[in-house]
Amino acid sequence: MGEKVRHLSLPLTEAEAVSLRAGESVLLSGTLYAARDEAHEKMIALLEEGRDLPFTIKDACIYYVGPAPAAPGRVIGSAGPTTSGRMDAFTPALIRCGLRGMIGKGERSPEVIEAMKAGKAVYFGAVGGAGALLAKCITSQQVIAWPELGPEALRRMTVENMPVIVVIDTEGRDLYQDHTGSR
Amino acid sequence: MRAVSVRTITSTIRKLCIEACTELPFDIREALDKAREAETSPTAVSVLDTIVENYRTAEEEQMPICQDTGMACLFLEIGQEVCFTDGFLEDAVHEGVRQGYTEGYLRKSVVADPIRRGNTGDNTPAMIYEHIVPGDRVTITLAPKGFGSENMSAIRMLKPAAGLNGVRDFIIETVRKAGPNPCPPIVVGVGIGGTFDKCAYLAKKALLRPVSSSHPDPYYARLEEELLEAVNALDIGPQGFGGRTTALGVNIETLPTHIAGLPCAVNINCHVTRHKTEVI
Repeated sequence: MGEKVRHLSLPLTEAEAVSLRAGESVLLSGTLYAARDEAHEKMIALLEEGRDLPFTIKDACIYYVGPAPAAPGRVIGSAGPTTSGRMDAFTPALIRCGLRGMIGKGERSPEVIEAMKAGKAVYFGAVGGAGALLAKCITSQQVIAWPELGPEALRRMTVENMPVIVVIDTEGRDLYQDHTGSR
Repeated sequence: MRAVSVRTITSTIRKLCIEACTELPFDIREALDKAREAETSPTAVSVLDTIVENYRTAEEEQMPICQDTGMACLFLEIGQEVCFTDGFLEDAVHEGVRQGYTEGYLRKSVVADPIRRGNTGDNTPAMIYEHIVPGDRVTITLAPKGFGSENMSAIRMLKPAAGLNGVRDFIIETVRKAGPNPCPPIVVGVGIGGTFDKCAYLAKKALLRPVSSSHPDPYYARLEEELLEAVNALDIGPQGFGGRTTALGVNIETLPTHIAGLPCAVNINCHVTRHKTEVI
């Protein structure tokens, strides 16, 4: 989207996260976790009970996605981002546990942005509605918890050169606000 | 009377589900191309290029354009001379959705209860809108509706004194508040008049009309144009990263209303505005 595209591998280190600036285009490769509304509720419930999450959250990146099912011979169906704002209520607690990155679309709450600044986390945007293209970046995926949730199950995914743009960086700069300060 | 087997309804809807979710309608393709030409910001151009590449990929690879294959909204125009045989019409509609979403590898996005949740596993029930019309044909339109955009929709019971300005301000305010969330460029469906519920229905129905078309009444056709210009001046742009293309079209539908009221509903759809029609 910008002129220069940076390659980064997942999980993301704190230093890498801090080096990113809102507006920067990035290609992500490595392991991430797919979770949306119901998986977030369940993760928070585990934390409240003092139990471990089904994956290592330190430096991890969560992709807000509920993929379409894989047709025969395919890794996955269409798999674009869902609206991140619905996860806002759950996000600060996850950042406090070490969550380093989030991929979605749409605005985040001031509480999330404050938590991101404190915990040095970064928010990436993927192109909403481009699920067929994004599916091509996913080279493997497996459900790791709550299969009964169907598209909302928690998944581990391997991605290769997944195109995203830094929307909110670790200093709280917000690409959506930058160009529409009046809104 | 003309007998129509509900089995035909099932098989038609099955096919419509798969086609509507994988092949973007022509009017949206055309609007995206035009928008691409008009954009000057490199980020906006790049996002629109991605969107175009995505729908082409989806069609080539027979994959859903977007993973949110939506709730199946079905509009049935039933000729009053039609007599349905071999079962109950609505059961046949749900069965068509069940088969289409299951056999087409489309996402099952429906929960059985709005508060207690629980995925139904087959994307049923469909949302069905039935209308009796003259004749002996059945016209079925399927519009799979994603909820990223549905969630940004709004309705307001304006006072009659609010008039045209009140309507205009409410529509623009709704699009502004939606910002990047509904996957712009969006299509704006507007209902004006009727009752609370009919007004919301009009807004949804407005999304079925191609964005290249205009309201038949020149007064509302002008308002559509004016509103499109106004929302595109908001600089939300493709995906909310700024640019001239916030909306691909504004479609208005109206009905007479009560002396005390001026209902206005805005149903927002994303750039994957899907609708497909078949006549039986």
